[in-house]
Amino acid sequence: MRHRDDHADHDHDHHDHHHDNHYSDMQARVKALETLLTEKGLIDPAAIDAIVETYETKVGPRNGARVVAKAWSDPDFAEWLKRDATAAIASLGFTGRQGEHMRAVFNTADTHNLIVCTLCSCYPWSVLGLPPVWYKAPAYRSRAVIDPRGVLAEFGVTLPDGKKVRVWDSTAELRYLVIPERPEQTEGMDEEALADLVSRDAMIGAAIAGSPKISGAGNPEVTA
Amino acid sequence: MNGPHDLGGQMGFGPVAPEVNEPYFHAEWEKRALGITLSCGAFGAWTIDESRHARESIPPADYLAASYYEIWIRGIDMLLERHGFASREELLSGHKMQDGTVPKRVLTANMVAGVLAKGGPCDRPVETAPLFVVGETVKTKNFNPATHTRLPRYARAKTGIIEAVQGSFVFPDDNAHGKGENPQWLYTVVFDAGEIWGEGADPSLTVSIDAWESYLERV
Repeated sequence: MRHRDDHADHDHDHHDHHHDNHYSDMQARVKALETLLTEKGLIDPAAIDAIVETYETKVGPRNGARVVAKAWSDPDFAEWLKRDATAAIASLGFTGRQGEHMRAVFNTADTHNLIVCTLCSCYPWSVLGLPPVWYKAPAYRSRAVIDPRGVLAEFGVTLPDGKKVRVWDSTAELRYLVIPERPEQTEGMDEEALADLVSRDAMIGAAIAGSPKISGAGNPEVTA
Repeated sequence: MNGPHDLGGQMGFGPVAPEVNEPYFHAEWEKRALGITLSCGAFGAWTIDESRHARESIPPADYLAASYYEIWIRGIDMLLERHGFASREELLSGHKMQDGTVPKRVLTANMVAGVLAKGGPCDRPVETAPLFVVGETVKTKNFNPATHTRLPRYARAKTGIIEAVQGSFVFPDDNAHGKGENPQWLYTVVFDAGEIWGEGADPSLTVSIDAWESYLERV
């Protein structure tokens, strides 16, 4: 996170910069704004608490992981997701803000999908919760569309040379969810266990779904 | 507009910096910034398109130096003043000095769950049939409006293929400026990387955007 501490040096005469000297300390700035809006009866601080609590404890990537696990387990559900992701995802109870219009894109042996919003931070809140800082930051937004393999390498993902990369720029209100390829050696696992293998980043396309832990001396978790 | 927000293909921002087990918030004020932004959105005074335009109107040096929730707060400041909810003096002082615009509603704690669950769908019916069909080759328009648009610069005057007709949706270029929702057909348009990035482009890469009908021309 970067914060500006140098605003005292700014030229305050420029019309468009009239607020700059009040952005050096965001804690104070936002506190003042909340105080003002509360005094004016425009906001309810308890509503802010409720919003924060919702996204800290209720709406997060576990929702999306359950969608993916069901898609891996249930071919009919996977077909429904391809045809009408909004309805299929809503059937699991995941609806609402920034998930009003959903589209699921499936990774295959041939193609890897990556999601970005080059223009702002569009992201499927209803299935992934709030976006991480890197998703909203210029480095990702600028490079995902021109150098996705380079971006993926920074996440530790190296795609085979022959694999196609498909980048989806969320320029409208459609929110995308990547359905990763199901890892090998996951036969017989139930949806709950499968969901444990699905990271948030895998559902953006910035990671691949994890493999189940293998017990014994060959466990890469132990020997790595 | 060609604002600082339109980042696709720009260079020089360095590597992506993923954090292990990244927290949702990195400071207490970020939580309040999220809540204030959503609460003010509930006034019903502006649309998501107008709020996006407010953020992209932040001067580039400020936008690029700001953390994300700071961009939100700068946008909210602009909207509160523009719509008469708070004067600049009040915003600078942090205290009420006068009455202002009365919102359509104030979001209270008991309303939060319902409002978040409902969201704000923006699909709207249109009378006309789609102009373009799946598989058709189209060209995006070359324009540089000073007003809001959701056609990124890198995807202007480029030739691509209609992959899907997504339905009809509120047109942000009008809706951001109080000109009405004026829904249009929306298409997923796919471009080869070579068409967008030219020489040296990754031959295995395709990029798609969701484009409103008026962004597109027949080839």
